Amino acid sequence: MFFKEAHAAEMLVAGSEIAHSWDLLWNFLVWLSVFFFILVVGGMVYLAITYRAGSKHKPKYITGNHALEALWTAIPTILLLIIFAWGYALYGKMIHAPSDAMEVRVVAKQWLFQFQYPDTGRTTINEVYVPVNKPVKLVMSSEDVLHSFFIPNFRVKSDIVPGMYTSVWFEANVPGKHQVYCTEYCGTSHSQMMAQVIALSPEDFEAWKAGKKFDSVPRAGQTLAEAQAEAAKIALKQSAPMSLADQGKALTEAKGCIACHSADGSVKVGPSYKGLFGHEVELADGSKVTADENYLRESIENPNAKIVKGFQPVMPTFKGLITETELNAILAYIKSVK
Amino acid sequence: MSNSHADNSHGHGHHPALAHHFNNMEDQFEAAKFGMWLFLVTEVLMFGGLFIGYIVFRGLYPEMFAEAHKVLSVPMGALNTIVLITSSLTMLLGVTSAQRGERTKSVRFLWVTILLAACFLVVKYFEYSHKFHEGLLPGALFHNEHITHPKAPLFFSLYFMMTGLHGFHVVVGMCLIFWIIRRSKRNEFSPEFYTPVELVGFYWHFVDLVWIYLFPLMYLVP
Amino acid sequence: MTTSSHSNYLNHSKGLWSWLSTLDHKRIGLMYLFTTLTFFLVGGIFALLIRLELFTPGQTIMDPNTYNRMFTYHGAIMVFLVIIPAIPGALGNFIMPIMLGAKDVAFPRLNLASYWIYVAGAVFATSALFLKGADTGWTFYTPYSIRTNSTVILVLTGAFIAGFSSILTGLNFIVTIHKLRAPGQSWSRLPLFVWALYATSIVQVLATPVLAITLLLLMMERLLGIGIFDPKLGGDPVLFQHFFWFYSHPAVYIMALPGFGIISEVIPVFSRKPIFGYKAIAYSSFGIALIAFIVWGHHMYVSGQSELANFVFSLLTMAVAVPTGIKVFSWVATMYRGQVRFEAPMLYALGFLELFTVGGLTGVFLATLAVDVHLTATYFVVAHFHYVMVGGTIMALLAGLHYWFPKMSGRMYPEKPAAIAFWFILVGFNVTFFPQFILGAQGMPRRYWGYLPEFTLLNQISTFGSWLLAVGFVYIAIYLWKAMRNGPVATANPWSGLTLEWQTSSPPPHDNFANTPVVTQWPYEYRVEKA
Ligand code: HEA
Ligand code: HEA
Ligand code: HEC
Ligand code: CUA
Ligand SMILES: [Cu+2]
Repeated sequence: MFFKEAHAAEMLVAGSEIAHSWDLLWNFLVWLSVFFFILVVGGMVYLAITYRAGSKHKPKYITGNHALEALWTAIPTILLLIIFAWGYALYGKMIHAPSDAMEVRVVAKQWLFQFQYPDTGRTTINEVYVPVNKPVKLVMSSEDVLHSFFIPNFRVKSDIVPGMYTSVWFEANVPGKHQVYCTEYCGTSHSQMMAQVIALSPEDFEAWKAGKKFDSVPRAGQTLAEAQAEAAKIALKQSAPMSLADQGKALTEAKGCIACHSADGSVKVGPSYKGLFGHEVELADGSKVTADENYLRESIENPNAKIVKGFQPVMPTFKGLITETELNAILAYIKSVK
Repeated sequence: MSNSHADNSHGHGHHPALAHHFNNMEDQFEAAKFGMWLFLVTEVLMFGGLFIGYIVFRGLYPEMFAEAHKVLSVPMGALNTIVLITSSLTMLLGVTSAQRGERTKSVRFLWVTILLAACFLVVKYFEYSHKFHEGLLPGALFHNEHITHPKAPLFFSLYFMMTGLHGFHVVVGMCLIFWIIRRSKRNEFSPEFYTPVELVGFYWHFVDLVWIYLFPLMYLVP
Repeated sequence: MTTSSHSNYLNHSKGLWSWLSTLDHKRIGLMYLFTTLTFFLVGGIFALLIRLELFTPGQTIMDPNTYNRMFTYHGAIMVFLVIIPAIPGALGNFIMPIMLGAKDVAFPRLNLASYWIYVAGAVFATSALFLKGADTGWTFYTPYSIRTNSTVILVLTGAFIAGFSSILTGLNFIVTIHKLRAPGQSWSRLPLFVWALYATSIVQVLATPVLAITLLLLMMERLLGIGIFDPKLGGDPVLFQHFFWFYSHPAVYIMALPGFGIISEVIPVFSRKPIFGYKAIAYSSFGIALIAFIVWGHHMYVSGQSELANFVFSLLTMAVAVPTGIKVFSWVATMYRGQVRFEAPMLYALGFLELFTVGGLTGVFLATLAVDVHLTATYFVVAHFHYVMVGGTIMALLAGLHYWFPKMSGRMYPEKPAAIAFWFILVGFNVTFFPQFILGAQGMPRRYWGYLPEFTLLNQISTFGSWLLAVGFVYIAIYLWKAMRNGPVATANPWSGLTLEWQTSSPPPHDNFANTPVVTQWPYEYRVEKA
């Protein structure tokens, strides 16, 4: 049972050529370690039991053995050099993007990733759409503190450092959603700073560029059947077509609002949505406003216009990042959280 | 390992400054000297961190260093260099006098050393207050219109960190010299036992040495 | 504490003040022992809270801000207040001068000062707990550590002060080892615990000052905004990482080497066999110490440092595994054709070998450039360093604590509870931390308050393991406390050891030896005994 569940937990996919090469090196290291583990720990248990006090073996005075010592110096040295060279060779491939790679700019800030596509000028949050089988290079910078961009399925990662550009590149060969994590500690909502790489077939990618929406792309590595089963499970839970508020809820997760705002009244970086709509909000300058739709809209598009008392002006603007229809859904959701 | 004097410790030659876990005065002196050398090594590494910072930023922005260092007063820096080198000399004389058992002479040299250290600090005070006045301050506090390079505040961060830490060492050194003067007056030292004087001397030479590096690096950037 | 009639260091003088102001290295050692174990308890409680929070993917018992403080305290306390001072400060202080045949360390007053400096550092660091806390992680990376409005500065000051304690202890030990060896105690007869402490001390003396200046710069960064590490002011955050790891990598060997020393003492005594490859073990400590200074960049493979730097650091890191491997193989080989006994110190030493080997081998994964790119900042790293620090150093500490318990307290600990606690810890440890390797390889990042639902099962197993671990440690604390008060009286040499501490009474007299000992043989001269 344990193994079955462990297998279900297996979410890592080798989503690129490099991921496969990485897995090869990983397997080599795992087996080498198993070998040395058995040698050392197996040897230890064997010797401890065989030569335990009271066993019939005759003890012997030994202080060393030069041949043996030379051996266990030389063999690990050679193996380690091999490991090093292999690791370095693969690393070279991991960091040098092919010159024809498609470039996407990434801006990280507490606590979301923003993606800019040079050719179309589009901007997305926490979702980056890429075509499969085409190298993609992400050029990244940070607005505040250190962050890091980690895509386990492609086995690549790089820190994002304020004041300089860093990059990662990959060539997805498995379509679907690939999880992205922020892996450099960046404060309160570090653990909610996540994104998705959405790898589409070249045709779908062109369609996306032209404005088509891809809302329920399955997770990479899931078969169609699995994805449908999962979708069915979710549908069963909701047991109704997505209401506007539910769409809004999904959007607040996708757009990264969830990193700072809760719906249950707990205060994260920003105030909770709970009981917000229609109530009076006290601002930092002491004045009061009623949270109507226009206030909410302003709070999202131009957050620094009115700062809620007791909070820092850290919310980034979402103007141009959220469409009118999305905004409607989000407002419906905020209104629904009573 | 010298254990040749092992039985001295109970003999009549037992010096009052000899601790119970040492065999004889030489061993104890050697140990103290060794300890002091190690301590100075840690000091070198501590300043070393700052020097590395200096090298990194100078490598990155050589033109900035060339521009910013000009506001430092070379005459004042040079004066201080001479003051400190002289103080090293008087310290040396103080230590040798103590070693020879010439107490009053030793105390006199030590006083001169303190005086020179004070001179150093007075000059530093004038230099600092000039910089404060001009807004030539570290990092975020910097506000001076004449220096144009945007990274110039970094130079003053380094300047104040390095000379500040050095200045702190000068103050500590003065306290230590004062302390050995007091002990010397109580007649605690003799040609057999003058370890504290010698060690404070080491320390003082080290403080001077740091300045010998700081002066050209800060004031005389080519 | 003791009833034995002879005059010893415990009944030499009485009253609390006679302890707090003592210049006796043995009493200072005991004070270190109690203080570090107290902080171990505190750090351990934070660890249990961390694990409890991670029992479910979302919020279990605390919000993210609290969680971020938890792992910062846990890491900072365990590193700066427990594992760095524990073995040198407690066991080193107590045992090492006796092993040399000395009456005390070279500078007893400095030794006492080190202890109180350590306490002062601890007070500063923990006072942050009662204010706004600190939420930077134990690594204090800039610019977050400059921006956060928590009371980081107190923790920085605490670590800064504690650093001086570490420097002064190292300095004291080096001089002691050079100058205070008993007649006949030549370099080639030095016990390996002393060799290990010697190598450790060198690292302490050479690396810690750089930490001091780094922390000082960071404090100034917060107080004055000097900008050296702040990109907003033209500074370089990656430079901070270089400074930090220039200390903190060598520091991991400050944590590991003294533990190696203990294992090198315990295994021959309980195998009744000379240590295998004495010279290789002694010298490899220096090999490790030397290489330790030039590998710090392996913590920064994805930090934006140059490809060339990565090449060099990866290659050099590989080199550390060779001298460490020599030690591991030599310890195992020591048992060959011996007469192995399984009292608690040996059990812990064998446990050490198991866990440290896993920790060390996974260190090689992390040293491998391409592999680390995926694994860095995931739970794989968390598992690696707990295997080496808890599975390595803490296990070694426990081995040493049981081994020298009769010497320090004059009483025997009970064997059976010790064995039970050992199994709790060994099993509990693997249950806690092995799943974390899998979590990390699957991509779960560290310093995460929440995680994706697919990681739930493995996290719950890990949390469950932490309870087993806690049971083991608390049990040890209980039976050792009892044994200290009224365990059976210990003989001078219960394990038939050959090092000098076993040649004096238990507990030792105030001056360590009735007469200055003269060393005539190698301390591992275990000749064949009648079976
Ligand atoms: C006691 C402390 C200790 C010790 C001894 C070690 C030992 C080693 N460590 Fe570890 N390490 C830490 C404590 C320690 N480490 C900590 C605290 C961190 C994380 C800090 C943080 O980020 O918070 C860390 C992180 C860390 C990293 C950075 C990971 C990352 O953040 O991306 C790396 C990378 O190279 C690394 C490597 C190694 C290596 C190669 C060894 C080697 O010394 C291990 C050598 C031992 C063996 C290899 C086993 C025995 C040898 C053999 C049986 C011979 C045969 C073997 C082969 C041929 C492979 N460690
Ligand atoms: C010596 C160092 C040390 C030790 C011993 C431990 C011990 C433990 N650690 Fe810790 N850990 C670190 C050093 C250490 N850790 C560091 C440096 C970090 C990184 C922090 C950062 O990211 O900044 C970390 C991070 C860390 C994390 C990751 C947090 C995150 O990234 O989000 C986790 C999660 O499981 C964890 C768990 C544990 C557990 C369960 C133990 C258990 O082994 C604890 C069990 C102990 C007890 C329950 C106490 C019992 C004690 C007594 C009863 C006292 C008397 C004892 C005797 C007489 C023997 N640790
Ligand atoms: C970086 C953290 C952060 C993110 C991400 C964030 N917010 Fe905010 N938000 C804040 C903070 C802090 C405040 C309070 C200060 C202010 O008014 O600007 C706030 C205020 C608000 C308010 C006003 C609330 C009130 O109580 O008056 C609304 C509405 C809001 N945010 C919606 C959103 C939405 C929708 C998103 C995502 C599309 C989002 N926020 C993303 C931090 C964030
Ligand atoms: Cu962004 Cu962690
Ligand atoms: Cu390291």
